Amino acid sequence: ADIISTVEFNHTGELLATGDKGGRVVIFQREPESKNEPYSQGEYNVYSTFQSHEPEFDYLKSLEIEEKINKIKWLPQQNAAHSLLSTNDKTIKLWKITERDKRPEGYNLKDEEGKLKDLSTVTSLQVPVLKPMDLMVEVTPRRIFANGHTYHVNSISVNSDCETYMSADDLRINLWHLAITDRSFNIVDIKPANMEDLTEVITASEFHPHHCNLFVYSSSKGSLRLCDMRASALCDKHSKLYEEPEDPSNRSFFSEIISSVSDVKFSHSGRYMLTRDYLTVKVWDLNMETKPVETYQVHDYLRSKLCSLYENDCIFDKFECAWNGSDSVIMTGAYNNFFRMFDRNTKRDVTLEASRESSKPRAILKPRRVCVGGKRRKDDISVDSLDFTKKILHTAWHPTENIIAIAATNNLYIFQDKVNSEMH
Amino acid sequence: MFVRGLKRKCFDGEEDIEGTLAGIKAIPSYNLQRQSLLDMSLVKLQLCHMLVEPNLCRSVLIANTVRQIQEEMTQDGTWQMINTQSTGQTSLDRLVSTDILCRSSREQAEGKHVPGYSTFNKDFEDDQTQDSSETMSTASSVQAPRNLQSNVWEMENPQENRGNFQKSLDQIFETLENKSPNSVEDLFSEVDNSYYDLDTMLTGMMSNTKMGHCDGLETFSSPTTTTSNSNCKSDLNELDHIVEILVES
Repeated sequence: ADIISTVEFNHTGELLATGDKGGRVVIFQREPESKNEPYSQGEYNVYSTFQSHEPEFDYLKSLEIEEKINKIKWLPQQNAAHSLLSTNDKTIKLWKITERDKRPEGYNLKDEEGKLKDLSTVTSLQVPVLKPMDLMVEVTPRRIFANGHTYHVNSISVNSDCETYMSADDLRINLWHLAITDRSFNIVDIKPANMEDLTEVITASEFHPHHCNLFVYSSSKGSLRLCDMRASALCDKHSKLYEEPEDPSNRSFFSEIISSVSDVKFSHSGRYMLTRDYLTVKVWDLNMETKPVETYQVHDYLRSKLCSLYENDCIFDKFECAWNGSDSVIMTGAYNNFFRMFDRNTKRDVTLEASRESSKPRAILKPRRVCVGGKRRKDDISVDSLDFTKKILHTAWHPTENIIAIAATNNLYIFQDKVNSEMH
Repeated sequence: MFVRGLKRKCFDGEEDIEGTLAGIKAIPSYNLQRQSLLDMSLVKLQLCHMLVEPNLCRSVLIANTVRQIQEEMTQDGTWQMINTQSTGQTSLDRLVSTDILCRSSREQAEGKHVPGYSTFNKDFEDDQTQDSSETMSTASSVQAPRNLQSNVWEMENPQENRGNFQKSLDQIFETLENKSPNSVEDLFSEVDNSYYDLDTMLTGMMSNTKMGHCDGLETFSSPTTTTSNSNCKSDLNELDHIVEILVES
């Protein structure tokens, strides 16, 4: 199994797609709840696996293009087929996933194996009938959006108009029409005329869930820019700039690095944005540009270890963040296979671990704690014994239910909330 | 041997004589640690030139950190001696631009030469025999930025550049006082422990000119006057020696 590089539920939560470093996409489907066991909820099983991207070689620059899937985004379902976009560093592909569970039998001219019949043996005509067959899931590439990016694509986002989508790399954002592959429009370009002046890159971007003209992009300097495509063709001038002034008491050489936003997500309501930087997650109100409305510490105990984390490059890890369906809880990953959830209403937070040792199937997860010196309880982990190679960068939350998907290196964990109180 | 420290004063342009150290690993001075961070960053950037295609975000962040350190060093006078001896080049020229630091292989294809600090390599033997006069150490550093400037615009082919990088990286390893580590891991394993102290130092105030509080430096023993050379000349010798090695590399 390869390292999982992205996780995404579709709009109903029935399907869960994962992309990995080897360019493969694995789709899981939730089994319908069984009538026999009304309390057991549907589990996710493998539905389809396909190779989305292959390694390529850029001959002009003598560089290899990795096949690692950076992002997957589902299209809203418009017919019996499902569609998703998957992207590596350079190329975005649109895949159509269809099911086939019937096949025609009783052809006049062909036999069961498909070979042409000897016409002299055909004495009567029959009408072919559709007979059920084992379910077959077919995945076909419908569009390939290539050559749109000089730099590495970090985000894709489908517009609420269901006709366009955007792809963002380090310096540019392009707008595509889902049906047109040979043309895209550049809507943001922050490449300086002189590359020597480059000090800031685009780190993530997303369309607003309801307003098809609005999108946001985040930068390595910790700022968010909300842009309105109605304002001009090239949205280099933001409509709103969200930036929190630096806290002078916490200033260090690493201030800029830890302020770099690694992920930005609109809330389902469209009113808020969630950002993740190295040590915190922040909730921003679209109406307030001066500072976030909420800030949650993910692992503040790392603040005194920043130099070591800079040395081993962990400070550059890009963690993602997620909202739950009702926008009341936010989730993000951390080190040591820990992930954190923050309840915005009760202000309570919990640290959980995604590992085989600490969780048997159907066992309830035990909250974990990292102790920072001082009194240490049993089962606490000390900061110095955290495993920084076990990082949870990619997490996803089911659109409506309390089901979460956690990617821990090359393992996928799916946790569900037991709704029936009798089970607790 | 004991550690003697000097309370750090306002960085208002005066020459700041650092707390000198008997043992580096005990309580490193802020400047020394800052220099270590600078070196580490430069090595990171040079290493990323060797990768197939460096991550642009990471390169930009490291380059910004390097620039930040350089700006602070310029402000607090560590680089001021260089400026007074230069022939009209402003301090900003000393600040290495992102393109030079973050050069990716695609830039290589365009033929730009990006030496980073690799051109700062001087003959190690020469430096060792010098006495501690600051003019000598700064004079050699003066030359280096000019090399950097002139080298930026040279057109060299990528093959040569890769060779240069490898060579200069080897030189970095050789000129550092410890033996010649074969890898970056060897290099940093020696100073690993001290980085925890570095964390304490550097995650505190960075360029706060009102140097009233400096938590990391509270561990230093009683302050002494900073101006006279005489009472710590031998320590200065040693410190300059160390700093030269780090800067020259």
